[in-house]
Amino acid sequence: MPLILDHVSQIYNADTENPVKALDDVNLVIPEGQFIGVIGHTGSGKSTLIQHMNGLILPTSGNVYYNGKDITDKDFNKKELRKHVGLVFQYPEHQLFETDVFADVCFGPGNIGMTRKEAEMAAFDALRKVSFPEDLYYASVFELSGGQKRRAAIAGVLAMKPDFLILDEPTAGLDPVGRTEILDMVSELHKTAGITIILVSHSMEDVARYVERVVVMDKGRVAYDDVPREVFSHSEELEAMGLAIPEPSKIARQLVKNGLDVDPGVLTSEEAADSIYKALMKNR
Amino acid sequence: MIRDITIGQYYQTKSVMHRLDPRVKLLGTLLFVIAIFTYKNPVGYVLGIIFLCTVIKLSHVPIKFITKGLKGILMILLLTVLINLFLTPGTALVSFWKLTITYEGVAVALTMILRLTMLIMGSSIVTLTTTPNNLTDGLEKGLGFMKIFRVPVGDVAMMMSIALRFIPILLEETDRIMKAQLARGADFESGNLVKKARALVPVLVPLFVSAFRRAGDLAMAMEARCYRGGDGRTKMKPLIYKKRDVIAYIVLFAFMVISIWMGRWSVITDFFNSLYTDLILK
Repeated sequence: MPLILDHVSQIYNADTENPVKALDDVNLVIPEGQFIGVIGHTGSGKSTLIQHMNGLILPTSGNVYYNGKDITDKDFNKKELRKHVGLVFQYPEHQLFETDVFADVCFGPGNIGMTRKEAEMAAFDALRKVSFPEDLYYASVFELSGGQKRRAAIAGVLAMKPDFLILDEPTAGLDPVGRTEILDMVSELHKTAGITIILVSHSMEDVARYVERVVVMDKGRVAYDDVPREVFSHSEELEAMGLAIPEPSKIARQLVKNGLDVDPGVLTSEEAADSIYKALMKNR
Repeated sequence: MIRDITIGQYYQTKSVMHRLDPRVKLLGTLLFVIAIFTYKNPVGYVLGIIFLCTVIKLSHVPIKFITKGLKGILMILLLTVLINLFLTPGTALVSFWKLTITYEGVAVALTMILRLTMLIMGSSIVTLTTTPNNLTDGLEKGLGFMKIFRVPVGDVAMMMSIALRFIPILLEETDRIMKAQLARGADFESGNLVKKARALVPVLVPLFVSAFRRAGDLAMAMEARCYRGGDGRTKMKPLIYKKRDVIAYIVLFAFMVISIWMGRWSVITDFFNSLYTDLILK
């Protein structure tokens, strides 16, 4: 069932002298099965945007629909919505609290009415899916490394078996290897489990490699909403928003400017290398 | 939800009240509180309310913001009223079952409401117009004389400013943690008291962990910059009295003297007392 944001606006501190327009007339349709990247500079409204998707924030004006129901309705069951739309926040420290990892992952499924047995099965399944090291299932959540905490946090939401999984900056604070591992894992979830993924990031590089659709947020508005190749063709506009296009695309563009016949739409370093190789061979 | 707490919050705008020296505002609060607890007749309260309204008007803080702070003490207010209503001895007004409401009880309850409301509004206006840093600077300098009694004023002021600085940070953090747990299906609203208290565990544990981590980080940062107590520390913006502060002091003392004198003047008090006995007791 698609998630639809219809003319959603959000104004913070409306009753003070400095109201902040965090979201300004946002329209989005998120069909099931997509892998979407949401990018934007700090303060562009991306975090506010995703919190509207599972009813943590209700819009000042506009509506959000899930499964054909308006989630802004007073009698709408938000717990039911959160079962289907999972949201993992940026800092795993904000949600890990139990004595061990396994018990913590069981917290979510327990809350949505699964029996103890079902919850444990779901937790086990989720920990497997995020390839959490098996010898640490009963370790204290405070002894884990940054990457392991991140995995445990994602498993905690995944165990609720959501149809949509929203990840807020899942790679923040991780080293390059840890970043690739987490993103590969998320991509695997999308492919094998068929979960709709919404990946929030300020790193173009992360997003370019994996997603099939990019939503660029700028000052609370949706600036672009298209396939990565199209979005990254607006390199000047993106840079004006404080967003750098992926390094391979940048190099390819520069090469085109200098007269080499490279595909300016490449997104990953492999594609760029391929394209440059072909162009050089042609020139020989 | 948590953002509704306004005690200790700062409201950013420009006004005379914001520019005043914090020492003036602190002493002002103290004098105001003393004044409202000495009044014996309505004239004093009327003067107090006029003073309060003038200050609020001068501060450019929306009245909505100031009254929001009252919500927090609603329970205390209610309790005070109930206790005073039923437990003040005097002439009975109504009585049912074993409880009796007296005329004196009503009078005392009304006075308490008035006093507490004015107290909270008066002190909120100070915190709303003074940044936490400014407030502690004012305290540090204003209480500087306590050093003679070996009170470590500087250290206490530093602790206070850190504590105040952490309030908004921890509130924001609580908000985020609650959201993270709500997203995992946590429920903070339904159920009985025990269930509600237990629902807070997933919030409190990460909150405490984070508070300790922040405190450790801060201590390390302070040590790295050679903090060794308050003695001899200089200020980037030292507090110096300006003309407006002197005027404020004069106005303040004038108000104090006049309102307390009027509020306790036996002629006026007697007049109201006789009015009261005439009207009610006939």
